[in-house]
Amino acid sequence: MGADPVLEALAAACPAARAARPEDAVAGVMPRFAASPATVAEASELLRAAAAHDLAVVPRGGGSKLAWGAPPRRCDLVVDTRAMDQVLEHAAGDLVVRAQAGASLAQLGEVLAGAGQQLALDPPPVPRAVAGTRGGSGAGASAGSEAPSGANGAAPQWRGATVGGTLATGAAGPRRLRYGTPRDLLIGITVVRADGTVAHSGGKVVKNVAGYDLGKLFTGSFGTLGLIVEAVFRLHPRPASAAYVTVDCDGPGEAYYAVAAAAGSELAPSAIELDRPARDQPFRVAVLLEGDPDGTAERTGLMGTLLGKGAATQPAAPGWWGWPANGQPRHGQPGNGQPGGGQPGSSQLSDSRPSDSQPGDGRSGAGQPGGAADAGQAGTLIRIGFWAAGLPRILRAVDAAALAAGLDPAVGGSAAAGVIYAAVGPGADPAAVAAFVSGLREALARGDGDARPASAPVPDGPPVLASAVVVHAPPRARDLMDLWGPVPSLSLMRAVKDQFDPGHRMAPGRFAGGI
Amino acid sequence: MIKQLIPRMTEICGPDGVITDPAELRTYETDGLTSHRVTPALVVLPRTAEEVAAVVAECAAAKVPFVARGSGTGLSGGALPHAEGVLIVTSKMRRIIAVDPASQRAVVEPGCTNLSVSEAARPFGYFYAPDPSSQVVCSVGGNVAENSGGAHCLKHGFTVHHITGLEIVTPSGELTWLGDGTGAAPGYDLLGAFTGSEGTLGIVTKVVVKLTKIPQLVKCLLAAFETTGAGGNAVSAIIGAGIVPAAIEMMDALAIEAAEAAVSCRYPEGAGAVLIVELDGPQGDVERECAAVRALCEQAGATEIREADDPAERAAIWVGRRSAFAAVGRIAPAYIVQDGVVPRTALGAVLDRIAELSAESGIRVANVFHAGDGNLHPLVLYDDSVPGAAETAETVSGAILDLCITHGGSITGEHGVGVDKSQYLPKMFDADDLDTMQLLRCAFDPASLCNPGKIFPTPRLCGEVPGARRAPHPLVASGQADQF
Repeated sequence: MGADPVLEALAAACPAARAARPEDAVAGVMPRFAASPATVAEASELLRAAAAHDLAVVPRGGGSKLAWGAPPRRCDLVVDTRAMDQVLEHAAGDLVVRAQAGASLAQLGEVLAGAGQQLALDPPPVPRAVAGTRGGSGAGASAGSEAPSGANGAAPQWRGATVGGTLATGAAGPRRLRYGTPRDLLIGITVVRADGTVAHSGGKVVKNVAGYDLGKLFTGSFGTLGLIVEAVFRLHPRPASAAYVTVDCDGPGEAYYAVAAAAGSELAPSAIELDRPARDQPFRVAVLLEGDPDGTAERTGLMGTLLGKGAATQPAAPGWWGWPANGQPRHGQPGNGQPGGGQPGSSQLSDSRPSDSQPGDGRSGAGQPGGAADAGQAGTLIRIGFWAAGLPRILRAVDAAALAAGLDPAVGGSAAAGVIYAAVGPGADPAAVAAFVSGLREALARGDGDARPASAPVPDGPPVLASAVVVHAPPRARDLMDLWGPVPSLSLMRAVKDQFDPGHRMAPGRFAGGI
Repeated sequence: MIKQLIPRMTEICGPDGVITDPAELRTYETDGLTSHRVTPALVVLPRTAEEVAAVVAECAAAKVPFVARGSGTGLSGGALPHAEGVLIVTSKMRRIIAVDPASQRAVVEPGCTNLSVSEAARPFGYFYAPDPSSQVVCSVGGNVAENSGGAHCLKHGFTVHHITGLEIVTPSGELTWLGDGTGAAPGYDLLGAFTGSEGTLGIVTKVVVKLTKIPQLVKCLLAAFETTGAGGNAVSAIIGAGIVPAAIEMMDALAIEAAEAAVSCRYPEGAGAVLIVELDGPQGDVERECAAVRALCEQAGATEIREADDPAERAAIWVGRRSAFAAVGRIAPAYIVQDGVVPRTALGAVLDRIAELSAESGIRVANVFHAGDGNLHPLVLYDDSVPGAAETAETVSGAILDLCITHGGSITGEHGVGVDKSQYLPKMFDADDLDTMQLLRCAFDPASLCNPGKIFPTPRLCGEVPGARRAPHPLVASGQADQF
C-alpha cells in the first residue's frame, strides 16, 4: 500500500497521526485519519496541515459525550486530545488550576482533592459512587457523610471525560445551582484555530476583564470554532461534609412547592434535584447541603422541617441523583420511555449497557475509544431550559407532549436552576421520539412552559422563555429531528462561525443551526 | 455630515432627546476617567429599545461611529465620545420591567442604576449581587459593558455570572436577544462573550438579571495589622482554611490616613494595614466562620479586631473603604486610580515592589485592594502643579501594571481597558491573541462603527488577512509563563 501523502503531511506535523480505525467514528461518521497531538505546538501544526489539505476536523476527548450533538457533515480527521493530559499548574493558594484539554476530570479531581480543593463541576457521566443507577444508594450510604464528587481522594467515575470535552459540551450537573456551569468557572483558555493559529484569552487570575472573553465563546461550542488545548479554572474549597434531604411529592404542583421552598430558603443549598421515573409515579425532590459538619447538620435539619412531613435525611445521594444518564431511566425502573409505558421486561436494555455495567476506576473510558460514545447513543436525552417558576407548566407540557407521542419519559434534573431532562429509552419508536420533541417545542413556543405569574408578568422580556435541546438520541431518531431547535440570534452565531472558521471545517454540522 | 442626521434623530428621539448645543455637548466630554476628554458631535437620549435600534440604523447607514453611555462612571474611558460620532445615552431607559422572585430573575432597562435593581428586589427577599462601589449611580447597561465586579465578587461573582438574557441592538441596528433568561439557552454563549466587551459589540437595551437570596446573616470584621505583609498572611490563612468570605479588603497606612482625613472612619490608630472581612450566609455557618477568621487574624498578629453584624455597624466599618478613592483627594492634589490584578499569593512581593517604586520615584502610592482576589487599586498621588509630576506618576502607574503582568496577572480586574489601557493590552496578549479577539468584533461589527478605538490598540480591519507573525508570546518571552 502506497503512503498517503495527506497522512504523511499530518504525520510530519504530529507523529501520532494515523489512518482511522472503526473506533474513531464520530456519531457514526468514519474519519480518514486520527491524530493525538502531544503538545500545543503539535496541535497547531496538525491543524495547519489539515487546513492545507482542506480536511474537516472533529476534536474529541474521552468520548463520554461524543454522541452528543449532530453527526458531523464531514469528518476527515479526528483530533484526540488525550495525549495532552497534563495538569500543568495547581496554584492552591490562589485556588486556580491550569490543565491541558486532554486531562481527565478524574485525574484533575485527584490532584485537587490532595489540597482539599475541587473544580466544582459534576457533569455527566455522574460519578457512580454518587449516582449509582443500580444499587448505588446502598453503596453510597455506607460511605457515610462524604462530600459528593468522590470524597477522601477517591476518583469519581467520569468515564474518561476530559477538561476539553467538558468545556466543549458545556456539561454541568446538579451543583450548577451553587457553582454555575463550566463557563462560570473557566478563567483562561488556549485554543487552536482552524488555520492552526494558537490564541489565548483570560489568564490565571479570577478577576480579569482584559480583552474579549473567548472562553465563554468556546464553552459549549462543540468544537465548531476551534480546538481547545488548555484551560484555567477557578477552584473552590472542598466541603467537609454533605447531606441530602429528600421528599416525595404528589404531582407537579407539590413538586414545585418543595423545589421553590428549598430554593427560596436561606439555607444555601448546593443543588436541588427533581426526579420522576414514570408518569404514574410520585415526584421525588432531593436537596444537597454542603459545608462544615456543624453547618451541614444544622441546615439539613432546618431543610427537613421546611420540606415538611415525609422529608428524610440521608448522608449519601439518592440512587437517582444526577442526570438521567444516557437516556436511561435513572433508577433501573423498567419500561420507561417505551410506547405505552410501564411494560416490564425492557430492563435488560439498561442492564446490557456495555460501558456502564461496571464501576470502573475512573479511567475505564480512556482506553476504549468509542465504547463510551456508543453507550451515549443508548437512548434519547432532552434538556429543557426554563424560568424556574415555570416548573409546573413545563412538567405539564412535557407530559402532554409525551402522552400525545405515546411515550412515558423519565423526567428530572436541576429544577431550581431551570434545567430538567426528559429521558426516553433506546427502544422507543424513533417517530414517536421526534413527535414528542416537536410537540414539546410547539408548546414552549406558545409559551406553555413560561413563568408568567400574574403577580410578575414579563411583558417585555425575551420572546420565548424556554428551550428543548436533544442532547443525544439513537441514530434513527436523530435523523428525524433538528437536535437544537430554535436558537435566538442564530445569524450572529453564523457570523461568528464564519469569522473563526471560514472554511467550515471545524466539526461541521455538529452544532445549532447546522453550524 | 453629522448635522444631516439631526432631523432624523429628532424624529426618532423627540426634541428633548437630541442635544446639539455645544455647551451641553461638552458636559458629555468625559466619563469617570477625566484625563481623557472628547466632545461628541451629537448626543441622543432614546427612550426605548426601538429608538436605540433606529438611531443605530441611521448611524450605520451614514457610516457614523457611535458610542453608548450609561451613567458615565466608567474608569477606563470606555464611554469616551467620538468627536465625529453620536453618543447614545441610556439614562432615559430606567424601567424595572419585571421582578420575578419565583424565578429569581428581574428584567430591567440598561439605564437603571445598579442599586435600584437590588431595591426593587428587596421586598421579596432578594438582591442583585454585583455591587461596584459606584452602585448608587452606575447603570446596569454599563455594568454589562464592563463586566463589573465589586467588593463582594470574591464569593458572588461578576456581572457575567448574574446575567441570563440581553436584548441588544447590533451595530447594524437590529434588535435581538442573546440568551433567553434561563441561563441554558442553546447555541454559542454570545451573552457571555458580549458581557465585558466594553460597548464594542452592540448596545444593551434590556437585561435579564439573576436575583440572589438576601443572606440570613452578614458579619463584618475589621482587623488592624502592623504591616500589609501581616495582613496578607491573615488573608492566606483564611483562604487556606477553606473559608470563602463575601469580601476581603485591605488598605495600607496611607489609604487609612486619607480615609481618616475625609470621613473620620476611626480605624485603629497607627495601623500599618487594615483588613475588612465580610462573611454572609446561613447564620450558624457565618458565626462559626467569623470566629475562625478572628482566630486566624489574631494568629497573624492582628493588633485590634472589631466585629459588626448589624447594618449600621457594618456601614461604619465600610465607610473608610468606600470613601478611599475620593479620600486621597484630601492628601494629594491629583491622583491616578490604578486597577491591576496579581495572583493573590503574589500580593506581598508586589506590594514590596510598589513601595520600592514609590521610594525610587518620590511618588506616593496609597494601596486599597480586594485582597481576596488579588485585585490591586494603587492610588498614585502627585501634585499636578509641579512640572513633570504627572508624567512621573504615569510612569509609576505603568510600572505597576508591568509588575502585574510579570506576576502572571492582569492589567485590569474590573475597570476595563477602554482608551486608558489599550496600549498595555499587547503586553498581556500577543498579536495572534488580539487578532483572534478581533474575529468576534468583525462578526458583530464589520464596519467598526460601534465604540471604535477602545480596548484594542490597532485593530486590523475586518476581512484583512493578518500577516505572518511568529514572535513568541510576550509572557513566554518574559520567561514567566509557558502558555496561559
